[in-house]
Amino acid sequence: MKWLLEFWRSSIGGKVTMAVTGLLLFLFVLMHMLGNLQFLAGPATINAYAEFLHSKPALLWVARIGLLVIFAVHVRTGIRLATQNKAARPVGYAVDATLRADWASKSMLLTGLTTLAFVVYHLAHFTLGWVHSRDHNSNNVHAMMKHSFGHPGIAIVYVAAQVLLFFHLRHGIRSLAQTLGLNHGRYTPMVAILSLLLAAAIAGGNILITLSVLLGIV
Amino acid sequence: MKVTLNIWRQSKASTKADFRQDGKLVRYQLDHVSPDMSFLEMLDVLNEQLTQQGEEPVAFDHDCREGICGSCGVAIDGVPHGPERGTTACQLHMRSFQDGAVITVEPWRAAAFPVLKDLVVDRSAFDRVVQAGAFISVNTGAPQDANAIPVPKADADRAFDAATCIGCGACVAACKNASAMLFVGAKVSHFVHLPQGRVERDQRARNLVAAMDREGFGNCTNQYECEAACPKEIPVRVIAELNREFVRAKVREEPVVDKGRGGDG
Amino acid sequence: MKLDARIPSGPIQKKWDERRFETKLVNPANKRKYKVLVVGSGLAGAAAAASLAELGYQVECFCFQDSPRRAHSIAAQGGINAAKNYRNDGDSIWRLFYDTVKGGDFRAREANVYRLAQLSVNIIDQAVAAGVPFARDYGGLLDNRSFGGAQVSRTFYARGQTGQQLLLGAYASLSRQIGLKAVKMFSRTEMLDVVLVDGHAKGIVVRDLVTGEVRAHAGDAVVLATGGYGNVFYLSTNAKGCNVTATWRAYKRGAGFANPCYTQIHPTCIPVSGDHQSKLTLMSESLRNDGRVWVPKKPGDKRKAAEIPDDERDYYLERKYPSFGNLAPRDIASRAAKQVCDEGRGIGDTGLGVYLDFRDSIQRLGRDAIAGKYGNLFHMYAKITAEDPYAQPMRIFPAVHYTMGGLWVDYDLMSTIPGMFVLGEANFSDHGANRLGASALMQGLADGYFVIPYTIAGYLAGQKAGSVQGNRPEFAKAIGEVAAMQKKLLGIQGKRTVDDFHKALGKIMWGRCGMARNEQGLQQALQEIPALRDEFWRDVRIVGGEAGINQSLEKAGRVADFLEFGELLCRDAKERRESCGGHFREEWQDDGEARRDDDKFCHAAVWEYQGPGKTPTRHQEPLTFENVHLAVRSYK
Ligand SMILES: Cc1cc2nc3c(=O)[nH]c(=O)nc-3n(C[C@H](O)[C@H](O)[C@H](O)COP(=O)(O)OP(=O)(O)OC[C@H]3O[C@@H](n4cnc5c(N)ncnc54)[C@H](O)[C@@H]3O)c2cc1C
Ligand code: HEM
Ligand code: FES
Repeated sequence: MKWLLEFWRSSIGGKVTMAVTGLLLFLFVLMHMLGNLQFLAGPATINAYAEFLHSKPALLWVARIGLLVIFAVHVRTGIRLATQNKAARPVGYAVDATLRADWASKSMLLTGLTTLAFVVYHLAHFTLGWVHSRDHNSNNVHAMMKHSFGHPGIAIVYVAAQVLLFFHLRHGIRSLAQTLGLNHGRYTPMVAILSLLLAAAIAGGNILITLSVLLGIV
Repeated sequence: MKVTLNIWRQSKASTKADFRQDGKLVRYQLDHVSPDMSFLEMLDVLNEQLTQQGEEPVAFDHDCREGICGSCGVAIDGVPHGPERGTTACQLHMRSFQDGAVITVEPWRAAAFPVLKDLVVDRSAFDRVVQAGAFISVNTGAPQDANAIPVPKADADRAFDAATCIGCGACVAACKNASAMLFVGAKVSHFVHLPQGRVERDQRARNLVAAMDREGFGNCTNQYECEAACPKEIPVRVIAELNREFVRAKVREEPVVDKGRGGDG
Repeated sequence: MKLDARIPSGPIQKKWDERRFETKLVNPANKRKYKVLVVGSGLAGAAAAASLAELGYQVECFCFQDSPRRAHSIAAQGGINAAKNYRNDGDSIWRLFYDTVKGGDFRAREANVYRLAQLSVNIIDQAVAAGVPFARDYGGLLDNRSFGGAQVSRTFYARGQTGQQLLLGAYASLSRQIGLKAVKMFSRTEMLDVVLVDGHAKGIVVRDLVTGEVRAHAGDAVVLATGGYGNVFYLSTNAKGCNVTATWRAYKRGAGFANPCYTQIHPTCIPVSGDHQSKLTLMSESLRNDGRVWVPKKPGDKRKAAEIPDDERDYYLERKYPSFGNLAPRDIASRAAKQVCDEGRGIGDTGLGVYLDFRDSIQRLGRDAIAGKYGNLFHMYAKITAEDPYAQPMRIFPAVHYTMGGLWVDYDLMSTIPGMFVLGEANFSDHGANRLGASALMQGLADGYFVIPYTIAGYLAGQKAGSVQGNRPEFAKAIGEVAAMQKKLLGIQGKRTVDDFHKALGKIMWGRCGMARNEQGLQQALQEIPALRDEFWRDVRIVGGEAGINQSLEKAGRVADFLEFGELLCRDAKERRESCGGHFREEWQDDGEARRDDDKFCHAAVWEYQGPGKTPTRHQEPLTFENVHLAVRSYK
């Protein structure tokens, strides 16, 4: 345990923690998005999927707690690293220049924190029913989604969150390969493209669902 | 050509504990700059002028003026060593600027590199990192014949690519997080590609990262500003190698750590 | 002044063994009681400090840069010689010895040169073990290239940055010892005096360049490895900080200064582009492996290089020295360049330049092969000149590069001050009147890794450890003198800047004592330099105080010393009435070739300080050649 803590406290240990938890979270959002796409196949499919998930409460809770821990570790470590990074440059440059970094890479904390806010909102909305409780209906997920995304306000929040998540993952995926020590003349450029495609797929998939309701296609 | 300079002037030294000191950008005008001058020669001209006027000349580090000693280094319009890729400030020529340009010149900005005066910073943190393990523990007189261990050319070349680091600190200066991982990665990469260096790879990775963390550098967020600013164009591949080496070393670490022997590792 | 070189007896091959055997040893348990002060962290200093600490001595090491890794050795490009004979092309220790003695125009001490050749092989082993990434061939073994003055391929190299890679190796070893607390490192610290106690060197006075504090360090022996004095010419290929201060102040405390007039002018440097120029940039000698040197046959031919047909070009090195061709030694190649420029055949706007042309080798080997070998040098050239050396020939001209003269040392590298050892470029020992390419790195490392660790024991064994501490009155006195000199400099408040004086000195030196020297010019220099010095002490302007970083004050101290030293250099040049190696007296020549006078000058000239304003005394250490016979040096 001491060993693990020491590892985590080190700079590279912290980075690796971000990469591993980020990878797991990425896999989760990928699966989640794929699961969500069943919405497009109609109420029966998605409701059956929801039912299937709820039919295994033990598994569900293990997954939920696991995810929560991973998420918490990711957030806690990310904030620590970002704080250290700020402290490493107490006085900035009068002329700020950027040679290679893009908005995505510079805004990881921002896009991470907005994702955090979104996740809280999303859980309060669909899982716990604390907000927009009129729409809440865990027995008919399809109806719940359809009602919610019919509100332009809610739909816009969901779309915006996905756009920000897109930027987080756009840098996150290519970044995690480097952090985990994968850098190769031939494959690294491919990973960069893959990063873009996967991020776009996740955000795009989710946005597709939202818009399909908002625009009245489903 | 004419140039206007905004140069950071600071007379009292900062320290790691007390970083903020009164310093400010001061504007100077130079009317007769030759495009064939190097950037530092242009600063020489300014300093001659200031001395004549009884003002203190601008302090800046430099020595070889050939792009190899790593002494020079200032941020020019926010870019370490200025606008030319793969070029140190001493090898940057004024022909890279427009006539009438306004140029802002600042010291490296990082908590680990306190400003000592004007454009001079304290980079001894790099030395301390090296002292923690960027070496092969071989005493004078011990080695066998140089050709006893053949080294595949590809390995030697990779080691070389990392060994070209001149320790100027531009990577730290450019990094959005003032991280030193390109520098430390270069050390690790240099040695790990050579059979002679592989013997101590685990201790080296652990000790270097620990030393780097003690100095208060930031953490890499894989934005690669360092690679873009590095006058020797050291690739960020070395950071991936550093990550790999560190994880490997940590995983292989035995519960009982070797006692005493500090920097020997 | 007693000049006893203390060369071991016996045949030359056995001398070093002999000395190692007869030298007293310091008991391992006692070594830690001795403190050695090593000034300089270049190849010589870093190797010495690390090796001494490994043996168990307490070491304090000093350099004026912000890190020991930045010592001027870092700038060496081309390579390092070693008689490994990996190429099977006829090399041997004896041949390296022979080439070096001959290359030095028979003005070096045979025994030292032989030891250097012997140790050369160990250096490569040591460097490789320390992780120096020398160039390798596809079989994974070390590669070699040729360098001037040799017909075998014995130069080991690391792309165009052999110096940086070797220094990083020595710096790594030094860093390891610093980490182990066996060496205390003082960076940004400049040595300004040696402290003598009862005639022995027992300490130094330094200025902390960050705080401005002037203080003393006491030790049992002092090792100076402070590099060369080429910057007395202002423009040279040396780093801006290179200085004579450490050795000069040691000279003023009684160390003999040998052969100051032996300066090396390197044939292939980028020509001066204007008055603003602060330093000159070397283009490695290795370029002459594939580049051909030429000028137009017709004086005043202003056509572009490409427009001049082959039969109107004079490949003068190939013409004059058919067996060595473009790889003629440096002094010869430089002189030949000067000659063609004097004839009005120089190229470029100033007429002070010759071409180094890669057209033929690019045609023969392809652009990629040339880029592979010299890419970084071509890149550097293009950066500085804004010309593309792949498309048009490089313009080059000789420039001051290296100084063979330095503090006199005996075979054990001890100066005339007991307890003060001098290593690397700072001493005079191995290169005679001309240094062959790739031999300085070899010498610095041989001195630091393999000579001083043995020979210093011979001195220390006779000394009581820690016998002198910093509380002796000699220390306070020396500190006071250094502080007083600083006060005086700061108090002048004149009108001219330090650089202005330095440039003026450089003009005198280059004009009167550069590539060619004559009695009359030197006589004039001996009047001009003291006059300039007087003016300096009347009219220099240094802004700022003694506390904190004051780079003008640092420079002023160095220039003050150059202004004294330059005079000695010219005096030595005047007194050496012969031509040898880099020292070319117009009066002694055979149609442009140097003519030695072995009857009168087969000796090292060693100068002894006599006090301010007094003419120093010239002593001689006779040189005998028992193994390489004195002959006219010919590369034809
Ligand atoms: C551009 C260039 C290229 C070269 N290429 C080659 C080559 O290819 N092959 C070759 O063999 N040789 C080459 N040489 C020559 C060779 O590099 C030097 O002669 C050699 O490196 C000198 O080493 P050194 O250890 O004696 O001194 P340096 O490396 O000059 O070190 C001097 C040290 O002394 C310190 N110092 C100096 N004065 C003081 C003071 N007053 N107080 C405190 N510290 C002080 C400095 O800080 C520094 O650490 C080249 C030289 C130049 C200029
Ligand atoms: C769906 C949720 C999330 C996913 C899939 C995700 C994914 C990732 C990935 C893959 C990385 C790259 C790791 C690396 O650089 O090696 C990363 C980095 C980062 N994440 Fe997240 N993340 C999520 C949520 C968050 C949240 C809520 C925060 C809030 C603080 C956050 C903050 C960060 C930060 C600051 C980084 C940069 C770390 C660094 O490079 O040092 N992330 N994330
Ligand atoms: S002065 Fe040496 S790298 Fe610029």
